[in-house]
Formats: sequence, structure tokens, C-alpha cells
Amino acid sequence: MQSAVIKNLQLELASYHSRLKIGVGFVLVLALVLMVRMVYLQVARHEHYQNLAESNRITLVPAVPNRGLIYDRNGKILADNFSGYTLEITVGKAGNLDALLQQLSSLIEITPKHLRQFKRLREESHEFETVPLKSKLTDEEVAILAANQYRLPGVEVKARLFRNYPAGEGLSHVIGYIGRINDRDLDNLRESGKINNYKGGTHIGKVGLEQYYEDMLHGKTGFEQMETDSAGRAVRVLSRTPPLAGHDLILNLDMELQRVAEYVFGDYRGGLVAIDPNNGGVLAMVSKPGFDPNLFVDGIDPATWKELNESIDTPMVNRPLRGIYPPGSTIKPLLALGALELGLRKASDAIHDPGYYSLPGSSHRYRDWKKEGHGIVDLHDSIVHSCDTYYYRLAVDMGVERMHDFLARFGFGSRTGVDIRNESTGLLPSKEWKQKRFKQPWQLGETVIAGIGQGYHLATPMQLAAATATLANGGTYYRPRLVKAVRDSETREVRPVPPEIAWKNSFDPEHLARVRAAMVDVLKPGGTAAHAGADAPYDIAGKTGTAQVVGIRQGEKYDEKRLAERHRDHALFIAFAPADAPRIALAVVVENGGSGSGTAAPMARAVLDYYLLGKKPRGVPVLEEYESAGD
Amino acid sequence: MNQPAIKRVLAEILRHLDGMLLALLIAMLAVSVAVVFSASGESGMRLVGHLANIAVAMIVLVAVANVPPHILSKLGPPLYALALMLLLAVALFGEIRNGSRRWLSFGILSIQPSELMKIALPLMLAWYFQQHEAALRLRHYAVAALLIALPFLFILRQPDLGTSLLIAASGFYVLFFAGLSWKIIAGLAAATSLFLPIAWNLLHDYQRQRVMTLFDPMSDPLGAGYHIIQSTIAIGSGGAFGKGWLSGTQNQLDFVPERTTDFIFAVFSEEFGLLGVTLLLLLYLAIVARGLKIAEQAPTMFARLMAATISLNFFTYIFINMGMVSGILPVVGVPLPLMSYGGTALLTLMIGFGMLMSMATHRKLLKS
Repeated sequence: MQSAVIKNLQLELASYHSRLKIGVGFVLVLALVLMVRMVYLQVARHEHYQNLAESNRITLVPAVPNRGLIYDRNGKILADNFSGYTLEITVGKAGNLDALLQQLSSLIEITPKHLRQFKRLREESHEFETVPLKSKLTDEEVAILAANQYRLPGVEVKARLFRNYPAGEGLSHVIGYIGRINDRDLDNLRESGKINNYKGGTHIGKVGLEQYYEDMLHGKTGFEQMETDSAGRAVRVLSRTPPLAGHDLILNLDMELQRVAEYVFGDYRGGLVAIDPNNGGVLAMVSKPGFDPNLFVDGIDPATWKELNESIDTPMVNRPLRGIYPPGSTIKPLLALGALELGLRKASDAIHDPGYYSLPGSSHRYRDWKKEGHGIVDLHDSIVHSCDTYYYRLAVDMGVERMHDFLARFGFGSRTGVDIRNESTGLLPSKEWKQKRFKQPWQLGETVIAGIGQGYHLATPMQLAAATATLANGGTYYRPRLVKAVRDSETREVRPVPPEIAWKNSFDPEHLARVRAAMVDVLKPGGTAAHAGADAPYDIAGKTGTAQVVGIRQGEKYDEKRLAERHRDHALFIAFAPADAPRIALAVVVENGGSGSGTAAPMARAVLDYYLLGKKPRGVPVLEEYESAGD
Repeated sequence: MNQPAIKRVLAEILRHLDGMLLALLIAMLAVSVAVVFSASGESGMRLVGHLANIAVAMIVLVAVANVPPHILSKLGPPLYALALMLLLAVALFGEIRNGSRRWLSFGILSIQPSELMKIALPLMLAWYFQQHEAALRLRHYAVAALLIALPFLFILRQPDLGTSLLIAASGFYVLFFAGLSWKIIAGLAAATSLFLPIAWNLLHDYQRQRVMTLFDPMSDPLGAGYHIIQSTIAIGSGGAFGKGWLSGTQNQLDFVPERTTDFIFAVFSEEFGLLGVTLLLLLYLAIVARGLKIAEQAPTMFARLMAATISLNFFTYIFINMGMVSGILPVVGVPLPLMSYGGTALLTLMIGFGMLMSMATHRKLLKS
């Protein structure tokens, strides 16, 4: 029994020692498992986890840059920024929105206009975006809101930079405006890879220069690399890339000249474009009527938008770029030059004008504006008196194809390339075009009326002005440019935007001189715009034009009074001055203005007088004064 | 008392400390002070609290080391009975924290009876096997199994799956070293694998969730998976050499949850890298090795079973904690021994190491 116990003890001890060894093995195996896992995490996957740790702790906070300013050529500010407070709501955090709006109206003044605007912006935004309800808060309103913040969930008062357009309506179609970034803008930004530069930003250029020069004006968004803890609280700033303000634009446009042009335009609708023929710089660009671009910056309320959009006066149409008008007689000097250049006419060649033109073998009469006719008319007279018959015949001799090609050398039928988007090409007809457009052959009669700028030919005021500038400088077609220079936001260095020559025509100087001389006489006694040129201390080369809005049937007496105001002819005028060394070329189109000589030419004169002499029309309604002079 | 007398008493007390084990423990605790300091965001309060816990635990270590093993073994039944009663009390009157009933509150002092059971169960079993030394029969193992099952079920019901399994494991270690036959072990293993699907259905939702999240932490990145994701990021980003003491971004910026307690290993790994982890693991293995050495040389069955179980248990906790923090085991709420902040766990550990020292130093006395 005793030996059995001892034997058992020994057995148990032996078993114990062998199990200790198993225990050691067990420990070592588990330790190895741990080591494998640690090597995997800390060596094999180190980089992966390193990145995760970095993105855990680092948050990028965008810093929105200040938008570049826009000045006229003399440093007058046309678009600037001011800081102010806005009341913004995050709908997703607000809970009961109606109750919240109710509550807000009891604290500060919220107008129905604010609510409509808010409603519209809300539809365009996501639930967790902040939507402005009221901007430009007064200090008192800011204080009231701050005091009540705790019971206004989702409501924030934010300090923001606002865009302001001091010129208001006048430059609405030049400067354009910025507006809140919408989904379409976002898509565009994503597509063009610029989205990162808009982090934290709320506005973008929508039309006009604000749109065209968006990249320059916007600047570069800065970033603060913040280290944040697990609760998202900023612990410290790791690095700061300050935002780079947008560059400033300095325009060729002269605000004073623009004001004069707007003033003389009065309540007429239409467009006026003045260009420096030596570089294509746009000196003035009037589009009447306009709209207040300031309305758009924080989202326009739907009622006002509707009103603007549905107005019979179409204030939203950029007339200098999108308004297309038959150029009428204003193309006569160009066709005259074409006749000389193509050898179709000599300056001395004269015709007899009985007051109409008929195609050979046809009794149809293409009437001259002067019923009794101009009698014997040479090239000079044809321009001075704006003889239609001369150009009916010339057109037939030239043919539509040559006419098309020659006018194309002055930029008709194609975009001028001005630095504002969505410009119209106008329409310069050709046989090929008609076949394509109407599947019909060109009619000879269409060539006849094309000779006086009627029919299919359509041009924008910008095209007319650019063509006039090309004639003025002897053949160089400059792309019209609104922006003269860019001021670098960092170095403050002013970098001129070099003029862009699209092409150069070489015309015989003698031919040019003849056409110019005739155009000068247009504003001299006996010329169609003699009144507009009266007592000018410098020579103006010009040409009147009248574009029919509705066709006048054969034999029907033209009665201006009978036609509704909207059916009156458009009045056109092109001019450059001083005639021997032009510094300014312009085109005026006055919708339903009646005649070019009566309405458009006096406007041009006032603009030229201011630009060349510094003479401002004082107080007196200049337009009426000239109008009383009549044709 | 005169000076020589004090010296003599001190010498007598210190004689029962195992020098090597003590040195390893002190080294380990020094590391822990540094890591807790970093993990607490350099909090002075935490540091003082941790040092106080260590001081108390060291005193307890010295005290337990001076209790002879035969007295320790006699403490088995009463401690076990007490722990069991307290577990019963918890089940009846326990305080609910975080959805489970684990705590007993006595005014300002709250205790977790399951902590006491971590020592009481092995002590009870070792005492029981000592009684039947050299005459072990199957029925003795059956009784032992019952002794394990009672606290296991109580703690499981709290519910605290992790602790109940760990306590069952410590009981199993005693049985294993007592010579439980391989056939039974194999049978148990088979029974367990059969029982697993049933157990799965018995698990609480949050426990299932924890297991599920283990296999796919990203399925719940802000909830249950958050702990594992953030701790693995901390470990992985530490790399070979770590980000340096006090420089772990996951730690300092509060991305690692429970970073002074259960997840302190993530902080350590982030700041000291694979190199630090290797050294740490070697230090732990050295402590385990010393414990097993003491177990090997232990003179009585009680001492052998206790020493081996304490050592293996110690390593089990390390493995469970590191495995959970590094994402290969479910999150069960086990602190890292000798590293995590927390007085109770440290006290339990030091009682264990005190027993080891007692068994190591009283051996010669017994033999002589």
C-alpha cells in the first residue's frame, strides 16, 4: 500500500513535469501567434495604418479667397466686396422649419421676399448645406440673433464677403454677376477638375466678365491643416496655406463714357458699343434696358425673376452680344470698299437713280428710300446720301458669294471673340447657307436687298462696332476686349492684356481714303447725318442705317405714325473719329428708334464729343435736343 | 524595538521575496507607469493614482509572500465559499453598470466578486487535489468540475462571458496539471465544439455582436467595431520603432478608446513599435518562465498546481488582452496584466505573485 502511494506520487510528479513542458509549449505557441500578428500590423501593413492614422487626425479647413475687384480704365470701382453678416439656416438641423421661421420673424424683420428667396435656394441645396435667409444684417439684428442662438437650432450668423456692383443696372450686361454655386456649377467644376479650389466657397461668376474671368477673379482657396481629436475638436494648426486673393481686372471701359452713352440713350432699347480701333479695347458697351445685378448675388426672389424674364423689354438680353439686327445701310461703306477692291467700280463710275431698281427682265421695283431718286450718283454720293439704288445694282454685280466673302473679312457671320460668353454669331447669308438652312436655291432678289443690309443678314452691335473699327484702322481685325489689364493680387503688378489681332486685311490705301472721305461727308451739310455732325471741331466718319422691322408692301406708303411703336424701324449708326487718325469707333442700334440719322447718330455724336473733347451733355436731355433737329 | 531587531524582522520578511521575480515585476511596473502616464494625457492625478495602486499592491505582495504555503492552502475553502456567496449576492443585489450586474456596492467601496474568484477557485481546487494526493480518482475530477461550474455559471449570468471563460480556464489549468487524463480532455473538447452552436444561441445580442464585429470590424465602424479599428490603426501606425513616448497621435488625440485600461497595449504599440512590443513580450515571458520554474521546483502538490496555474493564467490574460486589442480575439474586457491602470486587477495579480514567492522561498524551510 505504502509503495503504491509512492509509486502514485512518482507517476503524478512525472505527469506533472511533462504537462509543465506542454504548458511551456502552449505559452510559446500563443506568444508566436501574437508576434506574427504584430509583425503583420506593424511591418507589413504599417503604411496602410499610418495613412489611416494621419487621416484620422488631420482635417483640412478651407479658407475662401477674396474675390478680385473690377475697375474701369480710370480706376473707378465697378465690382467690389464688403463684409457683412448673413442669417443662414441648416434645414437638416432645424427641426420644425415653419416654427423656426415664425420664431425668427418675431425677432427680426423677415419679409415675404426673404421667404420666397429662401424657399427657392432651399430647393437647390442639400439638407445639410446652410441656406441664407437674410443677408446684410444690421448690428442690432446680429446682437438679437446671438442672444437667442440657443433656442434657434440650425440657425447661424455668418460673416461673409458680399459682392457689390456700384454701377448697378448700367453695366449689368458687362460685369454680369456672381451667384450661389448650384448643382450644374458643381458638375462643371468637377468635370474641369477645379472643384477643390471651390471648397468652402459659395459663389461663382454666372454671366458677363464675372463668368468669363472666373478663374482669375476667384483666387486660390487656402487650407488650414488642423489636427483634430476623436471628437472633431481642433487641437492645433499644423500648417496653413493662406488663400490667394483673386486678381483684379482693369477694363478698357471708361465708366464716364459709359454713363454719357447711357444717358443719351435715354429710355430707348438697344445697344451701343464703342471700341478703340487701335487695339480692340471696348470703351463703352450699353445694353438697354438692363437689370440690377445686385439682386442676383444672394439669389433673386422668384417674383422679381419672373418679372425680369417676362418683361416685353427683355432686360435680361445682352443686346450688344445677343441682339441681332439687320445692319441696313451701315454696310454700304464696306460694300463700296469691296467694289473698289474687287475692281467692280471705279470711284468715278456713276449711275442714274430714278428712285428704284429693277432686275433685268423684271418689273418688280426695289425702291430707293428717296422716292424721287438721287439722280446721278457716284460712289462718294452713294455713301453720303445713302443711295439704295446704287447698292442694289452693285450687289447684283458683286453677287452674293463675293459679298459674303468680303463682309466676312470684317467679322460678320462669326463671333467677335469678345471676352464675354454666349455671343451670337449673327448671320451672314450665302448660297450654301440658304441651301442648307431652307433647302432652297438662292434668289437673285435676295442679292438685291442684301446690298442695303436687309434680308437674311443679321449682325450684333458688337460685330458692327468691330467691323467699323476694322474699317477705321485700315483693315486690322482686333478681337474686342473688355479687360485691359490684370493686377496680380500678390505682386500688385499690372499685367496688360495684349491686344489680339484676329487677322489683317490689306486694302488699297486710296480705296480706303475714298470711302472714309465719303463717310466724313455723311456728317457734313448735305449728308444724311448732317445734323449730328454740325459744328464738330473734328472730322467724324459715319454712316446711318435703318433696319426694317416689318416688310413694307409694294406701293404702300411708309407711315411711321401708323405703325405701333414696336413696329417702327431700328435706327443704326456707325462712326469713327477723328476720321484721319481714329481713336474711337462705335456702333449704335436703337430698337424702334425710327431712323439712324434722327435717333442713333446724335447719340454717337454725344459719345464722341465726350471721348474726344471731354464735353459732357449737361443736364439737358441731349437726345431730345438732337431729335428736334430731325431728318 | 531596537535597531538590530528591526533589521532582523526586515531581513526575515525580505527573505521570502524571490529576487528575480521581484526585479522583473518592478521593471514591468516601471514600464506601466510610463505608459499609463502617456495614455492618460500626461495626467498627474492618474499617475499618482497608479503609483498608489502599485504601492498597495507591493505591500500585499510582500505580505502574501510571507504567508507559508500550507496556510495559503487552508485559505482555499473559506475564500471560495466567500467568493461564491458574494457572487450570489451580486446576482441578487448587484449594481448594474453598462448593462450587466457585476458589482457589489458597500458605500464608497464597490467590489467585483469575480475578481476574488480568480484567486479563490485555483486555491480551492489546489487545496482539494492536495487532500487527495496520490489517490486521485475520476470522481475527484468530477467534484472539481462542479467547483468550476458554479462560479462559471454565476459569472456567465451577470453577464460577463470573458471573465467566466477565464475563470473556467484557470480551473481547467489546475485539473490539467493535476493530471486530468487526455481522454477526458479530448472528450471535453468534443463536447465544447458540440456545445458551441447552442452557446451561440444563449449569448446576449451584444456578445454576439462582439464576435461578429471581430470578423468584420468595418461592419460597425462607429459602434462595436470602432474600438478594434482604432486600436489596430494605433498599433499598425506605430511601425517598427514606434512614434515615441508621448507622441502617439491615436493615443494623444483620444482615438484609442479606454486607453489607460483595456486598450493600453494599443498605446504601447503605437509609441514603442514592434521593437517595444518584442521587448515587452520577452519581459512577460521571463515572468512566466520564472513562475514555471518555481512551479517545477515546488515541493507539494498544492504548490505545484498553484504555481503552474498562476503562471499560465497570467499568460492567458496577456494573450487574451493583446489578441483582443490587435484584433484577433473578440473584445471581452480584460485588462493587460501589470500594465493597465486599475487597482483591483493589480491587487489580484500581486496576490498571485506573492503566493509564487511564498512557494519559492518556503520550500527550503519545508525540506529542512
